Amino acid sequence: MLVDSFRFLPRTFRPFYEGRGPHPGEDEPVWAPFDKRLAQARIALLTSAGIYLKASQPSFDLEREQTNPEWGDPTWRAIPASVTAGEIGVAHLHVNDEDVKADPEIALPVRLLGELAGEGVIGGAVERHISVMGYQESSLREWRTATAPEVVAHLRDQVADGLILAPA
Amino acid sequence: MPVLARWIEAAGIPTVVVTMMPAMAEERRAPRVVGVEFPFGHAFGMPGDRGMQRRTLELALRVLAGASGFGTRVDLDVEWPVPVREAYRAWQPKEPSPIVRKILEGRKSS
Repeated sequence: MLVDSFRFLPRTFRPFYEGRGPHPGEDEPVWAPFDKRLAQARIALLTSAGIYLKASQPSFDLEREQTNPEWGDPTWRAIPASVTAGEIGVAHLHVNDEDVKADPEIALPVRLLGELAGEGVIGGAVERHISVMGYQESSLREWRTATAPEVVAHLRDQVADGLILAPA
Repeated sequence: MPVLARWIEAAGIPTVVVTMMPAMAEERRAPRVVGVEFPFGHAFGMPGDRGMQRRTLELALRVLAGASGFGTRVDLDVEWPVPVREAYRAWQPKEPSPIVRKILEGRKSS
């Protein structure tokens, strides 16, 4: 069974996604081997759903995106594995956020990953997962120069052996 | 997101991208891809459906740990349990995003 990448996309959006090829300068293979057994590995999650902690973190900057539609907030947030639905805000102008607010596990399954760790399927989950807002300016300049290095440093600090990324 | 995965992978941390647009993730040269035929905003499945979410996450873990080389793609064989027309409407924001609004306004004025 092969997934239809355009099943839920409005037909008029399709040319914006199809046939774009690699990002400039990003056509060579990159590969980090997964050396450990899953049952001994610590796993991290990254969502681009624009999730943040309402009580302690700023929202992603949607006002600036409203005035400059080509721009998207390139910053990131650390989300604790213990987070509950009531603690999160969602800042993303490109998807209906009702479902992710009702059940954040559809974007960032921290509880499920913790259960798999408890069952011994994986060795463990990191304490703090990662959230970004997926709509970005096309050059990805801030993501490349600031966000990606910070996320890598965070993952090393969390002793992550692998990362599951999921776009909104 | 596939490009972000590449940068993290290049730093030595294995990655897998779980996405409703696996063809795009392949074009953008993500190292490992799990395709899901789910509406946007629902990478791991239906809200409240722990079984579906678990199947998705377990496949992501298998591909993360077991892919034999760059460009591995495995699609999840799960059908979205909502009629496509209804699901198509449901995922979209109530207001068009700023960039969509700008494009629509540009079309009107041209």
